[in-house]
Amino acid sequence: MVEFPKNLRFAKTHEWARLEDDGTVTVGISDHAQEALGDVVFVELPDVDTALDAGGEAGVVESVKAASDIYSPVSGTVLEINNELEDKPEIVNEAPYDNGWFFRLTPSNSDELNSLLKSEDYQRLCEEETH
Amino acid sequence: MGSKTPLYEQHVEAGAKIVDFGGWDMPVHYGSQIGEHNKVRQDVGMFDVSHMTAVDIEGPGSKALLTRLLANDIGKLTEKGKALYSAMLNKDGGVLDDLIVYANGDDYLMIVNCATREKDLCWISKQAESFDCTVTERQGFAIIAIQGPNAIAVVKDVVHDDVKTVIETLKVFQGGYCGRWFIARTGYTGEKGVEIILPGDDAVGLWRDLRQQGVQPIGLGARDTLRLEAGMNLYGSDMDESVTPLVSNMASTVVMKNHEFIGKAALQEQLQNGVEEQLVGLVMTGRGVLRAHYPVFCDGIKVGEITSGAFSPTLQHSVALARITKIQGELTVEIRNKHMVVEQVTPPFVRNGKQVYKKQ
Repeated sequence: MVEFPKNLRFAKTHEWARLEDDGTVTVGISDHAQEALGDVVFVELPDVDTALDAGGEAGVVESVKAASDIYSPVSGTVLEINNELEDKPEIVNEAPYDNGWFFRLTPSNSDELNSLLKSEDYQRLCEEETH
Repeated sequence: MGSKTPLYEQHVEAGAKIVDFGGWDMPVHYGSQIGEHNKVRQDVGMFDVSHMTAVDIEGPGSKALLTRLLANDIGKLTEKGKALYSAMLNKDGGVLDDLIVYANGDDYLMIVNCATREKDLCWISKQAESFDCTVTERQGFAIIAIQGPNAIAVVKDVVHDDVKTVIETLKVFQGGYCGRWFIARTGYTGEKGVEIILPGDDAVGLWRDLRQQGVQPIGLGARDTLRLEAGMNLYGSDMDESVTPLVSNMASTVVMKNHEFIGKAALQEQLQNGVEEQLVGLVMTGRGVLRAHYPVFCDGIKVGEITSGAFSPTLQHSVALARITKIQGELTVEIRNKHMVVEQVTPPFVRNGKQVYKKQ
């Protein structure tokens, strides 16, 4: 079963964003996205300290099927990237909301999170795409 | 809704992701494409390839027809059951299809691609008009390919003794009948294995017996990366009617001497004028994946494009086939506006689970 955790916000381009207790935002790709992509073989992440725009290019996921651009769901500065993905890209498939996270950023405007899709709205979007 | 093979229900039951493939509802993977790929390289896996087209060519004029139809020489098949891989060309030397043909006395069994079915049947039947033979598409059959280092052992464990005896007598690239079953030591993976063409009604039983032995079903996704690692062409990607076998890494399957066939004159002309392009292997050890249609450059000048590319699970880096002009220099591939250095090699990339490509 494809999961849509309630505590996350989603971009239409299939990234998720989670507001952490310290005010930073963690970003990854959704369970729906990893399933559609198939086995992930490479992940290209932004450099730490890069300033990202909301909806701007933040990296690339290469799967057995295709290369897909990753967009930052909110604007901010990259604080940390998930280096584990370099050697173990399969974590994106195994745990997209957990160990398969992509990067963490300091948001420049945390209000932007509210304009992202809620879990149930994102789920509806995915179901429409599938049908 | 597409056509369904006799094994469709088995795929759904095994959790397959079903996709449309040339009008057929086929499994692309059953969970993990890379997991399936590795299973075939290291152990054994089974494929439903019943969507392929099987054509019986029967009667005394069959050999003469195939001599004319195929760029390879059917006369090589002196031993019963022996298989021949060949291109079938149009009069301009363009590749209409690639196929395998098995000899059975005066008769032949030909396996052609699924996407080219109608075109092929039309072409073969038209050419057959001037020969004393019949061309019949086989109906109601299934094809199960079992491939991998343990493939033959596991098949022998589940089949009847008489089928087992047939398998034991077969050499590589040879097939033989056992009742209505045709078993061949052929495949599309670069591993040991067999392909079994059998009545659709028998297919589910064999599939289930193999499943009980723990044989992993393999989808079309892994079938594509396995064949690419094995350096085998895919019709429609690596060659089609717009190119000849001489620029498709298939020159060794073309017999020009003492052999009159459709397309020969065009090939002779190409040889006289000089063959300027070639289908080569590319290896990229850096991060990223080579994919079909990415442009290839030599010292900054575009020299061709990738025809098939993928991440190789066995080698843990990307490999590709590319059609490029014959040229010396540093090759790069443009991936999302970046030029990545690649190395030209002679395929295959992998055979029997191991890296085998030669640097040029």
